[in-house]
Amino acid sequence: MQQSRSATVTESVTTMTDAGPGPRKKVRDRRPGWRASLSGWGFVAPATLIILGLSIFPAAWAFILSLQKWDGFSDATFVGADNYAKLVSDDEFWGAVSNTIGFTVLFVPASVLLGLFLAVALNRKIRFIGLYRTAIFVPFVVSAASTGILTTYLFSPQYGVVNNVLRVLGLPQQGWLEDPGQAMLVIAIMSLWGQAAFTTVIYLAALQDIPSELIEAARIDGANPWQVFWRVVWPQLAPVTVFVAIWQTIGAIQLFDLVYTTTRGGPLDATKTIVYFLYEKAFKTLQFGYGSAAAYVLFFVTLLITVGVVIYSRKRNLEAF
Amino acid sequence: MSTDLLSEVVTSSEQVAARPIAASRRRRRRFSWWHVVLIPIALLFLLPFVQMLLASLSPAKELVTFPPPFVPSHLTLDGYSKLFTQTDVLLWLGNTVIVSATAIVSNIVLCSLAGYGFARLKFAGRSFGFFMILATIMIPTQLLMIPTYILFSKLGLLDGLGAAIVPWLATAFGIFLMRQFFLSLPAELEEAGQIDGCNRWQVFFRIVLPLARPAIATLAIFTLLGSWNDLVWPLIAINNDQAFTLQLGIANFQSTRRTQWDLLMAGNVIATLPLILFFLVAQRQFIATMTFSGLKG
Repeated sequence: MQQSRSATVTESVTTMTDAGPGPRKKVRDRRPGWRASLSGWGFVAPATLIILGLSIFPAAWAFILSLQKWDGFSDATFVGADNYAKLVSDDEFWGAVSNTIGFTVLFVPASVLLGLFLAVALNRKIRFIGLYRTAIFVPFVVSAASTGILTTYLFSPQYGVVNNVLRVLGLPQQGWLEDPGQAMLVIAIMSLWGQAAFTTVIYLAALQDIPSELIEAARIDGANPWQVFWRVVWPQLAPVTVFVAIWQTIGAIQLFDLVYTTTRGGPLDATKTIVYFLYEKAFKTLQFGYGSAAAYVLFFVTLLITVGVVIYSRKRNLEAF
Repeated sequence: MSTDLLSEVVTSSEQVAARPIAASRRRRRRFSWWHVVLIPIALLFLLPFVQMLLASLSPAKELVTFPPPFVPSHLTLDGYSKLFTQTDVLLWLGNTVIVSATAIVSNIVLCSLAGYGFARLKFAGRSFGFFMILATIMIPTQLLMIPTYILFSKLGLLDGLGAAIVPWLATAFGIFLMRQFFLSLPAELEEAGQIDGCNRWQVFFRIVLPLARPAIATLAIFTLLGSWNDLVWPLIAINNDQAFTLQLGIANFQSTRRTQWDLLMAGNVIATLPLILFFLVAQRQFIATMTFSGLKG
């Protein structure tokens, strides 16, 4: 029997018999033999090669690209950190950053609160509960392309149902996707429509994990439902909230699909996000180096946020990860 | 999607779910105020679907009159017949089916093999290999788009279906999922197989894989959702409209058929219906997939 060198592997592995083939193999031999290794790699190599080949290798290449000026046809020239310096002084990039932050600020808190609210509402045995769940979850399978077309239709200033309802109610018509001040709001609303299922499902699972004795005890002590929720349930959900917030933030920072399928960055660049900026630079104007630099900035921001929140939650003993 | 079909499927699945408490059902349950909250929310979530379906069945003219009618004067299939005669939507649907089917089969085979290898076999470089695969989950796809595009253009993969398929052949999530599952299986089963004279591969295919059905279902749904709905990568890699995926074709309508709402919505119904139906049939597995993909972090 061999001791696993990996700390992540559970006990079940250590109870396994030796993978070595012949009787010649000794128990004290800690290193797997070449035949075991060959058989092991036979299992994992195809998937591992594809995944590493299409991620680690391009990720390293992207970094080299970010130090170059290249349009894909002529010879690449090494420019050092110029692309990054150019980003810092590029107003269009900062516009994209501020649009992305704007969307994140609109979307993340709303998606966490909506998910929490829906999970609490759906976490009970009442009639038609399955129907309600299905109605709220089914938008999750709708693609960004379809959501985009739906959004342009529903929020069309002339023919859309939203303005039509406003008109019938005697309220002023809005420009929605054609109004630079509202376009991002519309995209956030439709993102919520499609994504509410995700946060709801996660919170539902977490709610069902809360020991019912805790809630019983609070009730017996005379807490009203409101107090039970905020004093007992909400603190129990803290790790899940941290997790969901991080996850949604990463997703929000990478917003692209819905922008592409609704406004294409307009009107007046009001919905041009960082990824949309990157897409335009790399694939419309063929600035592969500049686009890669923007991609690396995005990557580091994502990494910083993740690491930051993890450290913060560790300090507060939330153990979300 | 028809809403009564939806409610039919759902109520039947709800009855199944409610069976354990059927006994308490005999006495009338108290009315819950949560219905007052949930009914409008559910309707709001369903409204876009209703609008989509109605628009796809509306006469084209009525969709561009002002003020727009809330309900069409009569229903027509004109939108669908225009869609099928004027566009390649069926070809794109076929392309997407090919991409997703290949992705699902390939993920099931490659990720179960790798997941099993990382969970159970001992070999040099195992921990490092698995660590690298987990690390790739942190890399955003946007970082990989440009080099992968250049790589695929050098390999001559661009503008064909292969471009859409190759990135989906195996996923880090799939390996992680399958490894977690195999770790939870009792090792005694495999030992028994080995004692009976099976080799590693026979143990895997005859004993382990048949037990992995729930995990494979999760993996299949995850791969289906991702590959079916993928837009960014096909958008970059495929410029030839014969190799368009359904999502790419539909997204392209936005610029080419801007106000042909009947055709646009008919296309949208075709694009969303397969996954919606599948979701209604396998709702439980979808939710399990969402929960797992959420909790992996």
